[in-house]
Amino acid sequence: MADELLEEEFEEAPAGGEPPSPQQHFASTWGFLGKFGGVVGPIITTVFAFLMAGVAVAVIGKNPIKVYRAIYDGTGLNFFFHFGSYSIRLPFSTEHVWFWWDTSSPAAANLQQTLLITTPIICCALALSFAFRCGLFNIGGQGQYLVGSYFAVWVGTSFVHLSPFMHVVFCLVAGALAGALYAGIAGILKATVGAHEVITTIMLNWIAIWVGEWLFGQQGPLQNTSQPSIPISNDIATGAKLPIFWGPKLLQGLSIGIFIALGALVVYWLIINRTTLGFEVRAVGFNPDAARYSGISVARSYFLAMAIAGMFAGLGGALDITGWEYRLGQLDIPASTIGFIGLAAALLGRNTAIGILAASLLFGALINGTSGRQLDPTVFRPDLAGNLTIIIQGLVILFVGLDMTRLLAGARRKLRT
Amino acid sequence: MSAQGPILELRGITKRFPGVLANDAIDFDLEAGEVHALLGENGAGKSTLMNILYGLYTPDEGEILLRGQRIELGSTKAAIEHGIGMVHQHFMLIPVMTVAENIVLASEPRHAGVLLDYGAAAGRVNELSERYGLAVDPSARIDRITVGQQQRVEILKALYRGAEILVLDEPTAVLTPQEAQELFEIIRSLESQGKSIIFISHKLNEVLEIANRVSTLRRGKLVDTVSAAGATEESLARMMVGREVLLRVDKEPSHPGEPLLSVENLVVIDDRGLEVVHDVSLEVRAGEILGLAGVDGNGQSELIDVIAGLRHAESGRVILDGEDISHETARNALDRGIGHIPEDRHRRGLVLPFTLTENLALHAYRSAPDSRRGFLQLRRMLERARRLLKEFDVRGGTPSTPAAALSGGNQQKVVLAREIDADPKVLIAAQPTRGLDVGAIEFVHRRLVEQRDAGRAVFLVSLELEEILSLSDRILVIYEGRIVDEFPPTATEEELGFAMTGGRRDRAA
Repeated sequence: MADELLEEEFEEAPAGGEPPSPQQHFASTWGFLGKFGGVVGPIITTVFAFLMAGVAVAVIGKNPIKVYRAIYDGTGLNFFFHFGSYSIRLPFSTEHVWFWWDTSSPAAANLQQTLLITTPIICCALALSFAFRCGLFNIGGQGQYLVGSYFAVWVGTSFVHLSPFMHVVFCLVAGALAGALYAGIAGILKATVGAHEVITTIMLNWIAIWVGEWLFGQQGPLQNTSQPSIPISNDIATGAKLPIFWGPKLLQGLSIGIFIALGALVVYWLIINRTTLGFEVRAVGFNPDAARYSGISVARSYFLAMAIAGMFAGLGGALDITGWEYRLGQLDIPASTIGFIGLAAALLGRNTAIGILAASLLFGALINGTSGRQLDPTVFRPDLAGNLTIIIQGLVILFVGLDMTRLLAGARRKLRT
Repeated sequence: MSAQGPILELRGITKRFPGVLANDAIDFDLEAGEVHALLGENGAGKSTLMNILYGLYTPDEGEILLRGQRIELGSTKAAIEHGIGMVHQHFMLIPVMTVAENIVLASEPRHAGVLLDYGAAAGRVNELSERYGLAVDPSARIDRITVGQQQRVEILKALYRGAEILVLDEPTAVLTPQEAQELFEIIRSLESQGKSIIFISHKLNEVLEIANRVSTLRRGKLVDTVSAAGATEESLARMMVGREVLLRVDKEPSHPGEPLLSVENLVVIDDRGLEVVHDVSLEVRAGEILGLAGVDGNGQSELIDVIAGLRHAESGRVILDGEDISHETARNALDRGIGHIPEDRHRRGLVLPFTLTENLALHAYRSAPDSRRGFLQLRRMLERARRLLKEFDVRGGTPSTPAAALSGGNQQKVVLAREIDADPKVLIAAQPTRGLDVGAIEFVHRRLVEQRDAGRAVFLVSLELEEILSLSDRILVIYEGRIVDEFPPTATEEELGFAMTGGRRDRAA
C-alpha cells in the first residue's frame, strides 16, 4: 500500500525546470530527509513528546520544568558542561594527565549508568533498523536480546578454563550467533512460506521468555548450584567479564561494552552503505519486485537481514551480561523491555547510524534519569517517574508514525488559506 | 456550437510555483456538448491547469467563468457543486465496496437519516447507467471488476454528483485497445446528451478520433487551439514538442543472422495454477526485432518471465545462443545475456528511492569493477552513472538524484541505459513506451533499432499496435496463450487486431 502511494505521488513529478506539483514538493522534502537522515522530524517529534509528557506531569500537580531539570541532572549529561582542571589516568599505565572534565564527580557516576543502559539500546535499535532496511519489521529484538543473554550466561558460567580474553570474546560471539540464529528462524519462515515477520517474531519473543523462565527457574539447567531456592544463575567467571574502564570496579562502573556498541553502529553503517549485501538489502527493502528483476534473491536477503538483525540484538544481550549484570535471574526475564526501547530508538533515529546513536542516548539518559535512585522524591515521585519514560517512549512511537514535518507543513498551509 | 457562448471559460490563468511558471496566461474555453482535448507532454502544465479547474489549486492570476458568470473555486467541493467532475488517471475508488456504494459515497440516499438505502442507491445507479449507456453491475465489488469497468464507475460517480463538465485525465492510459474503443462510445454518448468533456491525453491518434477541438500546451504556455478536423498527427506532434518529430520509425531493412533466442514448446502455469502459455515456440534472430502483439493478459507477461528466469516453465525449453537457460535463476539469465526492460518501470524496472547511480548499477554492482570482495566501489559506480546519463541524455537529475524525482521518459531512459550497458545478446522490451510522451517514445524507438543494427536480438512485446507495426521486422500474434499467426511488418492494424481477438486469416477470408 505504501509503495503504491509512493508510486502515485511520484508519477508526474517532473524534471528540473518544469513545474513542480505538491508531489514534487514532497519528493524534494523526502529527498532532503533521505540525505540528511531527517534531523528535523525526529527533533520536532522529541520536543512534542516531552511537551505532552510535561502536561501529564502538570496534571499531577508538579512543575514540569523542575521535574525535567531533576531528570536531566540525574542523567549525568551535565558532566559535559562542567569544565575545570582535573586529571585522568592513562589507560594501561599509572600516568596521570590533565583533563578538563571531572571524571570522578557524581555527574560522572550518573553518566556511566546512562551509557551502560545506552549500550544494549543501541544494539536492539540496530536489530530493528537492519531488518527495516530490508523491508521487514523485526519486533523480535526483545527475544533475540534475551536469547543472546542466555547464551552469554551459559558460556560465561561454563568454559572457565579459557583464558580471560578468549572467554569474554566467546561469550559475545555465542550471544551474537544465538541472536542471529533465533531471528533467522523468522527470516527462513518469511523467505520460504511467507509467514509475516511481525507475527513470527512476536511469537518468538514469548518462546524466548518462557524458555528463559525454565532455564533460570528452580531446577532449571542454568540455575545456580549453591542456593537451590533462588531462581538465579551462577555468576559468570571473572575472565568472562568485560574490562571496566571508568568508575568503580565493584559498583557497576562503565565497561568497554559501550565501545563495542559504537563499533556495531559503524559495522551497521558499513554493511548498509558500502557492501553489496547492504545494496541488495536496501533494494529488496525499497522494492522487492525490482530487486527480483535485477537478479537479487529476495528470499536470501530476507534471511540474511533477519539473521544480521538478530546478531545485533544477541550481542546486546551478551554485552549486558558480560558488562555489568554478570548473572541472570528468572524474574529479570519478563521484566526486561530493552528490546522495545531499542525499537523506539530505531524509529526515532530513522534507521541511520547517527540517528540511532542520538536516540539511544536519549532513551538511555531518560531511563537512568527517571530511575528511583536518581530522582529527588520532593520533586517527583520516583515510582511515577519511570512511567514518564514509558509515556515519552509511547508518544515518540506515535509521533514518528505521524511524520511531524508533513503534519506541520499541512497545518501551515491550512493557516494560510 | 451553442448560441449562448461557451459553458466554461478560463481566462489568463497563471500559476507560479517556486522557480517555475507552471501555467502562463492560459486561455481555454469549452463549448457545451463538445469534446475538447488538452494535449501536452508530461510536465507541460495540463495537470496544473485541470487541478485549478477542479479547485485543488488557486490560480495566481486569471479568472474562471461558468456560463458567463465568474466563479471562485476554493475546493473540490465547490467545483463539484458547480457541476465540474473529474476522473483521475488513478481511480479514487474503495476496492472492497460495491459499485453502487462507491458511486453514492458522500451523498448517500438514506433510511431514517442514518441507514444507507441500498435499494435506492442501486436504482439511481441503474438509471444513470442506462441513460448514458454505461453498463455496470451496481452490486459488484470494485476489486472484482475490470479496470475499464472501474473507469465507468468513476464517470458514473461524477455524473451522480451532477457533473455537466467532465475532465478525463489520460483515461486510456490504463485501458486495452478494446476498452478504449468502448470508452470512446461512452464519451460520444455523453456528448450527444449535452455533457461537455475535457479530454487530457498525449496520444495523438486518440485526440484526433474523439475531440472536436484540440488545445496544446508546451512548457506552461498555450501553443494553439485548433479544430481536430483540420489537424494531423504530425501537426499536433510538432505543436506539442516544438520541433519536427518522427512518428514513423526510420529504419533500414533488417539483416537477420543466427537465432539468438529460441523458445521451444513452452508451457507455463501462472500463480493461480492455470495454464496461460500453451506450447509456444518462437525464434528471435540476431539483428531483427520480433514483435509480439496481443491484448493484455494473453500470456505475454508469463512468457517474458520464463525467458528472464523469473518463473519456471512447466515444460519446454528456452535456449539462449545455444545454451539451455530454462532452469536458470534470474541472476544467471541476466549474466548469460538476457536484457530485460520490464513492462512496469515503477514496480519492476527501478527502485524509485534509489539514486540514479544505484539504479544504473542494479546489475553490475555484484562484480568488479563495481564491487570488490563484497564492498561497493562507489567511485566506479559513479563513473558508470555519469557516462550513461550523458550517453542516454537523461535530463532532470544528477547521479545522486532519486529515480522517483525523474519524469517517466527519463526514468525509462535509465532502465534502457542499464539494460543496454549490460551488453545483452537478447533484449526483451515489454511495453517500452507505456505512458511516455512523443519525444521520449521517439528516443526509445531509435535506441531499440540501434540495438537491432548492432546485431542483438530484440523481442518487443507491446499492446500498442502502432508500435509493433513501426518497429518489428516480423510480428507474432498471441491469443489465449497461443501464437495464432505471423505477419510481415506490412500488415495492417485491422489484420493484427482481428488476429488478436482470436480470428484467423484463413477463416476470415
